[in-house]
Amino acid sequence: MRLLLLLAGLLPLTAWASDGDGYVRIPPGDFTSTLAYEDARGPVRIAPFGIMRHPVTNAEFLAFVNTHPAWRRDRVAPVFAGPDYLAHWQGPTRLVPGDQAAQPVTRVSWFAAAAYCEAQRARLPRWLEWEYVAAADTVRHDARADPAWRDRILAWYARPSSSALPAAGAGVPNAYGVRDLHGVVWEWTDDYSALLVSADNRDQGDPDRSRFCGAGALSVADREQYAVLMRVAMLSSLGGSDTTMSLGFRCVRGLP
Amino acid sequence: MAAPLGRLNRVHLTQVIVPRPLAAQSFLVMRLPTTPTGTFMRRIVPLVLLALLVTLAGCNRATVDTGKNAEAAKSGTTGGSRAGDFGPPQGEPVKAVLTSPPAVPPATGRTAPAKVIVELEVIEKEMPISEGVRYTFWTFGGTVPGSFIRVRQGDTVEFHLKNAPDSKMPHNIDLHGVTGPGGGAASSFTAPGHASQFTFKALNAGLYVYHCATAPVGMHVGNGMYGLILIEPPQGLPKVDREYYVMQGDFYTSGKYREKGLQTFNMENAIDEKPTYVLFNGSEGALTGDKALTAKTGESVRLYVGNGGPNLVSSFHVIGEIFDKVWYEGGTHFQENVQTTLIPAGGAAMMEFHVEVPGSYVLVDHSIFRAFNKGALAILKADGPDVKAIYSGKEVDETYLGDRASANLAAVATAASAATAGALTVDEQVKAGQALFAGTCSTCHQANGQGLPGVFPPLAKSDYFAKDPMRIPDVALRGLTGKVSVNGQDYNSVMPPMSQLTDDAIANIATYVLNNWDNPGGRVTKEQVAQRRKEAAPAAVAVH
Repeated sequence: MRLLLLLAGLLPLTAWASDGDGYVRIPPGDFTSTLAYEDARGPVRIAPFGIMRHPVTNAEFLAFVNTHPAWRRDRVAPVFAGPDYLAHWQGPTRLVPGDQAAQPVTRVSWFAAAAYCEAQRARLPRWLEWEYVAAADTVRHDARADPAWRDRILAWYARPSSSALPAAGAGVPNAYGVRDLHGVVWEWTDDYSALLVSADNRDQGDPDRSRFCGAGALSVADREQYAVLMRVAMLSSLGGSDTTMSLGFRCVRGLP
Repeated sequence: MAAPLGRLNRVHLTQVIVPRPLAAQSFLVMRLPTTPTGTFMRRIVPLVLLALLVTLAGCNRATVDTGKNAEAAKSGTTGGSRAGDFGPPQGEPVKAVLTSPPAVPPATGRTAPAKVIVELEVIEKEMPISEGVRYTFWTFGGTVPGSFIRVRQGDTVEFHLKNAPDSKMPHNIDLHGVTGPGGGAASSFTAPGHASQFTFKALNAGLYVYHCATAPVGMHVGNGMYGLILIEPPQGLPKVDREYYVMQGDFYTSGKYREKGLQTFNMENAIDEKPTYVLFNGSEGALTGDKALTAKTGESVRLYVGNGGPNLVSSFHVIGEIFDKVWYEGGTHFQENVQTTLIPAGGAAMMEFHVEVPGSYVLVDHSIFRAFNKGALAILKADGPDVKAIYSGKEVDETYLGDRASANLAAVATAASAATAGALTVDEQVKAGQALFAGTCSTCHQANGQGLPGVFPPLAKSDYFAKDPMRIPDVALRGLTGKVSVNGQDYNSVMPPMSQLTDDAIANIATYVLNNWDNPGGRVTKEQVAQRRKEAAPAAVAVH
């Protein structure tokens, strides 16, 4: 089903500016996910899309909250955002002066992130889209076979998140020109809740099959890619109203 | 469940508290649940008595119900999990006292099953792993190993796992003391900034490891996510003067052992099981110097020792002590008089010893390179007066020279001082060389320099040395391997370099050889030897 949707997205292929509005054009391609989708063995066709050059910043999210006051932290429905939603801001519509404006926004729920993207006439990236772009290093579109690529990701995992975040977009652009996919914050994906990874992954070979149906039945195809597995484990531990200090997002647009 | 009376009796049976007389009536009285808990721990007697007492009770059919416990006791076992349910928790819920290593929480002192609330927080934090070396540990309670948890068999444990808001990773916990799939892992998968709760009944007594089981499990464990939970048997554990909590773990860093700076986890090395560090309590020096464990002579010490792994099995040993008792594998039975006990990864043991003599006792993994080259070393410092009758300390310290008579070595000293004064004679060198020859060269070349035909070439009247006297220091410095012809006979053997000899010693030995056994005479000086040593000539392979 997902495959069909992606293929459908291919049809209206038109030239689309890559810059100016902060989105980078990602060309179509065949991509083999690290996750073994039960319904999609082998490569999947990824339709072209535009993705934000860097994660959404606090300043950008504040602008959204100001125009959509239902998403203020003092007004949001608890079912859409937990008690720590935007808790690091000075006030419901006020940032901590200084670096915070340029830093990636964190402590946002999936619902809030999805609402933000919708307001930009965009959406959250699907896991496959995110993984497709994030497979690149600075020169190659798919650097996953390079141990150095993996080591750079793991180095971030090994740093405590108590230190201040850098400004969004400060990282080196990857081969597509997209920044900060690794090494700054985790990012929500549109279909994160379909990433049903067993909470106790030691039951391999005897998973509770009844929990997994259709596209959600995942396992890791490439054991070497535990760096990716850890990201999936992270996302799968969350509910839609959850927020964490190191989880942000960026949006994508299908091509018109 | 059994009738109330049956249950009451069963509770009693599992709470054998013995004041001192072993008469059946008296312990039955003492086992009433109304026994003041405060006196409980002071009255326990060693576990050995348990089996005896339960057997006594089992025989007294008139007063004791033949419940599951009694049946189990008759068969000589504790009955395991089937005998570990003492009914619903009684009284108000109790908040468990958690301690950071090396401290151990006090005995529960309870005589009835309780509801115990455990709150454990996962904290990812940077800490030193060695002097000047930092590592991002993932911890239960902010320490490696994690907080020590102590409950009593039959307790209902309400477990709260919190994951700190600034954590990057989701985490969970698998307690080996839990009966149920995953040991709690699936029920405790917790995102950063969240808390999970699950409840279990502690059915089996023993010392159990707990650890994180989130993927990749080895990495979470390898970053320090393990600790110990003690489930006391109903009668508690024998009283000791001191209790300590020690846990071994192996660590895999990208940099080498003691390479300074922030080190990251190295998955390749972890998969290859080649640790950079093997440590007690999470850092080199965690239990040495000012942080050493302490005891006084005359005290009994119990260690609760776990092994978090992720890979290595520990050969746990305390240098200078013998464990009076080891509750091997953390179970119910003990072995006595043990030198080294094996602690598997994901396992634990309790051990007890009595400190007789003051001094520093060194806890090691006796897979000994780990102790001296990877950090698996801790100190227990015992204070108190010397007990010479048990251990004398050093009584004699003198030089042992083997077949080298001490009188002759006086000649070496004479030569040395003469050399310093710049007045060394050939005669002094010969005398010194003779003494040194006796300890070093005579083993093979014989005291009379004749060697052994076909095996060790002769030094006496040697045409080999006559051709070039400097061959003597050369061979001593570099050794001699391969075919060599001396006085008409071929030798094909290996002599290693005598790298332990100083320039001075070689000069004296060479001079001794040159002036004896019809050799041509002459002299080799210390300076000549130093010069030959400096010349990076290839090892001498003599071909005649």
